[in-house]
Amino acid sequence: MSAPTGSTGQHAEPEEEFYTWTGKTRRWVLKKLPPDKLLPQDQPSYVASWIYVFGMGAIASLVIIIVSGLILSLNGPLWWHVSGFGHFINSTHLWSVEFFFLFMVVHLWGKYWMAAWRGGRVLTWITGVVSFAVSIVAAFTGYLLQTNFDSQWIAFEGKDALNAVGIGAWFNVANLGQIFMWHIVLLPLAVAAIVAFHVILVRVHGVVPPLDAADTDAQLQPAPQPVPQAQTLQQPTEEPTEVAR
Amino acid sequence: MSKPLSPMSWRKGTGIAGRPWKGQVREYDLFKELTIGVIVVTVLVVGVSLILSSPDDPSITLKTWANAKPADFVATATAELGGTSETAGYGPPYNSTPDATQTLGPIDLQSFSGVRIPIDTAKDLVIHPLSTLPNPPKEIATWTTASDKQRTDWTAAYSKALDKAPDNDPAKVADGSYGPVPALTGSLLAMAQEGSLDGVLQSRGSFYNTDYTPTILFLGDGTYFPDLATSQHLTGDQWGMMNETGNYPGQSWLWLFSFFYQIEPVKSAANADILVVVIMGVLTLLLAIVPFIPGLRTIPRWIPLHRLVWKDYYKKR
Repeated sequence: MSAPTGSTGQHAEPEEEFYTWTGKTRRWVLKKLPPDKLLPQDQPSYVASWIYVFGMGAIASLVIIIVSGLILSLNGPLWWHVSGFGHFINSTHLWSVEFFFLFMVVHLWGKYWMAAWRGGRVLTWITGVVSFAVSIVAAFTGYLLQTNFDSQWIAFEGKDALNAVGIGAWFNVANLGQIFMWHIVLLPLAVAAIVAFHVILVRVHGVVPPLDAADTDAQLQPAPQPVPQAQTLQQPTEEPTEVAR
Repeated sequence: MSKPLSPMSWRKGTGIAGRPWKGQVREYDLFKELTIGVIVVTVLVVGVSLILSSPDDPSITLKTWANAKPADFVATATAELGGTSETAGYGPPYNSTPDATQTLGPIDLQSFSGVRIPIDTAKDLVIHPLSTLPNPPKEIATWTTASDKQRTDWTAAYSKALDKAPDNDPAKVADGSYGPVPALTGSLLAMAQEGSLDGVLQSRGSFYNTDYTPTILFLGDGTYFPDLATSQHLTGDQWGMMNETGNYPGQSWLWLFSFFYQIEPVKSAANADILVVVIMGVLTLLLAIVPFIPGLRTIPRWIPLHRLVWKDYYKKR
């Protein structure tokens, strides 16, 4: 493999060649998800409903789950039994999880009724369902870590389903050390990774258009060009920039 | 000529859903939305936490049990000695009791792991803890040198006698041929009542131990621990999978998982656990592949709730 050498000798910037794995990966990433798609400043006009808030609500809850979980883990699993502040942090951890699931379920149902898998978005749907399933396992391990009567009973009762399918030996609900690792390392990493992938897929494919959208719809017609204003320095973009409210 | 795609198809296609949006747009600040979301949810979470707090019923110990229900403790210790407790007959991953596993037809996933967490109930839960006492009961030798049949006869006779005794009180048991069993279970009760059994059973000769399996199983073999759970609506037939102590929502997302334990034929099936896990696994898979299932993926068109979501768009068509 040889790198291209020499210069074009022209004034214009030569188009960069991608000849390494790293460079080719960059080209692929930039093609799939250019910066204006990753961090857009606008959304299609149809993204105008309260239902769109719940996905972000779930992510906001996840942020609070992680922050409260970090405080709990830094102090150890028994701290919250002997500290008023610890008990409060435990409460915020519990309630942020409750809100997380509430928002996620509303988000999931919303996306179902919008048939949001349309137009090549099936992996976005699947990663959403997987993140829901993995979150359930993560929450279950949290209930096992409470080190109180609840966790004792959940360990006793929960073992049967896991043993029946042959995974109780490795996912032993009565082994606090093992469950601690699942709850504060492996499962949070899994949830965060899947949620991040899910969000990236949403950015790559964009928000699904209305079910009955047709090419003849007024909002799909080219918008009138805004009157150029001398004092603005905005660069023209490929897409219409009119804000439809 | 290729067939046009269904409007509900997951395929990219050439329709509006599969193309980058070229229509009108509106300003939308994702980071601002996230920031506002975090602030609003934080306020909600802190508010609810201050008002409702979180449940924390203290854990129970073998000492609690032995002092609260000594008769139950002795009956359970006898069952552990005789190999008739639930744990003793559980099968993998704790022991290799024949025909104990939950199967689904010819599929026996429970045996897949083998005995990876071995628990010999007589040895691990009774004899070994007693042998750590400064003055171990001499009846240990009688037990360990006896034949399996002799041990079974002793424990069976003592279990029956405990059942018949007033209040199941070991002190009121009729005379009989129980061998060393009353002495062994009585010593274990004394050990538990003073609190040393918790430590011995948990540490198992090691300084560090985070595995509570033997203690949890021992507690569950009695009636004291399950009775406490029943009083808090935590058992499987009380939707216990999704409940927690006190008036808290618990794991409400496990409602469907809990639901299947409430209905026949699952409710009274010997293999209820594997049935429920398999049903939930299939349903989760179906949910994940809804976009590929004709009919299921078309329901949003038949019941057009999407008209509510996009009512502004449709109004301006």
